Amino acid sequence: MAKKKYSKEMLMDLYRTMFRIRAFETRAAECFTKGMLAGNIHLCIGQEAVASGACYALDKDDYMATTHRGHGHTIAKGGELNKMLAELFGKKTGYCNGKGGSMHIADVEGLHHLGANGIVGAGIPIATGSALASKILGDKQVTLCFFGDSASNQGTFHEAINMAAAWKLPVVFLCENNQYGVSTNIHSVTNTDTIAVRAKGYDIPGKTVDGNDPVVVYEAVKEAVDFARAGNGPSIVECVTYRHQGHYCGDPAMYRPAEYMEHAHHDDAIPNMRARLLDEKIATEEELVAVEAQVAADMEAAFEFAVNSEYPDPSEATTDVYSSDNERSVVR
Amino acid sequence: MSKKLSISKAIGEALHEEMARDERVIILGEDMGKMGNVFGITVGFQQEFGEHRVYDTPISESGFCGMSVGAAMRGLRPVVELMYDDFIMVAADPILNQAAKMRYMTGGQATVPMVLRLPMGAGRRNAGQHSQCLENVFCHTPGLKVVAPSTAEDAKGLLKSAVRDDDPVIFMEHKLLYAKKEDLPEGEYTIPLGVADVKKEGTDITIITWSREVYFALEAAEELAKEGVNVEVLDLRTLVPLDWDAIVKSVSKTHNVIVVSEEVKRGSYAGEISAQIAEELFDELDAPVERVCGLNIVSPFSPTLEDENFPHPADIVKAVKKVLNK
Repeated sequence: MAKKKYSKEMLMDLYRTMFRIRAFETRAAECFTKGMLAGNIHLCIGQEAVASGACYALDKDDYMATTHRGHGHTIAKGGELNKMLAELFGKKTGYCNGKGGSMHIADVEGLHHLGANGIVGAGIPIATGSALASKILGDKQVTLCFFGDSASNQGTFHEAINMAAAWKLPVVFLCENNQYGVSTNIHSVTNTDTIAVRAKGYDIPGKTVDGNDPVVVYEAVKEAVDFARAGNGPSIVECVTYRHQGHYCGDPAMYRPAEYMEHAHHDDAIPNMRARLLDEKIATEEELVAVEAQVAADMEAAFEFAVNSEYPDPSEATTDVYSSDNERSVVR
Repeated sequence: MSKKLSISKAIGEALHEEMARDERVIILGEDMGKMGNVFGITVGFQQEFGEHRVYDTPISESGFCGMSVGAAMRGLRPVVELMYDDFIMVAADPILNQAAKMRYMTGGQATVPMVLRLPMGAGRRNAGQHSQCLENVFCHTPGLKVVAPSTAEDAKGLLKSAVRDDDPVIFMEHKLLYAKKEDLPEGEYTIPLGVADVKKEGTDITIITWSREVYFALEAAEELAKEGVNVEVLDLRTLVPLDWDAIVKSVSKTHNVIVVSEEVKRGSYAGEISAQIAEELFDELDAPVERVCGLNIVSPFSPTLEDENFPHPADIVKAVKKVLNK
């Protein structure tokens, strides 16, 4: 449970963000099922509290790197639904002009979003490098590094956290532990109960929290962000949560025990927070319905935008490989 | 005015000038700071520019290459060294999957202005995991620029351009050239990427090559001159972007070509160049293009074995005679 009382504005923001993420993911799944989307779509339904709580702890100019399951983080950092869905559709109006798709959404200059990543664990050193840049530039920005439980078993986890700790870099390593790497349960391939316990090995703070409560996530990440911004170096924050869907759109996820989904639904942050906002008389039913209706309208507009946008011209296949001398470098 | 410097010193001078010119330039790699690099290239840099600009990294190639990608995306200009070319296999993901692709995958948003310096090559009895020439790996990967200079003058001028370039540049330095002392101009200068250099003009056959093999090609040319064969030696200097115009110009003059590199022959970049010439300059050719490369073997240790694994001047002479039917 959260330690402090928070403003209505903040709690409503957290709820709105979670609701937006789920609306986006649900619509993406629908589009995929209808055959309107292709490729690899990794949904974060069930994990919305992590994204919304963690990003709420950042300043606008702070940096973020995310994973193949990164739609939620992008929305929580302020991503536009239009440009995100257009990217999933492979349209020219998407965040990456259709060149990246779901796994490579980025907005480097605008949102300070260093990108999703299709390689598990690859974002960890990239985020750490961003923190190194902040330290050298003296800009006081913190970089938030999302990664999954399975990425914690990549070598990059060790290499990057070791350097971040040794050089006291302003980065927060946020392990979004949904307990599964595709079909493999984290406990079947990891000897410790938590990922955060590894922080001891680097002599940095580490904490495991309930990833199904956005306020709890916010508090843990805020503490780590403040610690990093003050020049004390990195922390590991592990948020335990549930992935409602399979690894990707189209994966029936038959490998999980029934109890996993029972817990997932019991701990589902969105209905739970909605009930709490009503129970504690923070918001009225009408106010919540208004938030939800606005999100639905935004989502509908994003869908129209994505569907009606143009595909990139085939000639653009050969642009953007290089920043200079592109034509010559691509031809030969 | 010119001065005499070893190639490693010329590389060090380029780095020093760029670090003094632009404070966004930082150096990362194993033993680059206190020790000043195993080849002595950055001696004194850490004292002069500070620990915040010259990093002694732990032995975490994947980690610090990945960090350089992130730092570069944030506007710094990391110059990273892997102690040996071969270590790229430990850091393949950050370079081949991240640095190379970031710009394209993000629709042109991300810029990764980093340089990866790679001491490479056979002849130092470094055996199977410290001797390779992996040009083909980098040239195959869209998004990377690839430079492999032969002379001190070229190394300095090209490295300065590489540091200023906004794309990830793979800078391949032959270890056996480091100690070679050569003339280079006084003061600052740059040499643009993607421009080949005719190291010796000739009329009978073009030897296309780069890095250490340029010297062997020049030795072979001297040998062949005694027999009346006038060889042109075209040093590519930059492999991507390829100076195709220079190749066309030379081949259209000599009508005979061999491509010489230290790579494993199978799947080599030398083979790629040969294929492009065969496809597009067939009408200019008097004979098929010959490749002269290393063998399709693991780099051996013993001198008698290793010396079999890279082209010597005699191998080049032999290939020239074969192409010219002499």
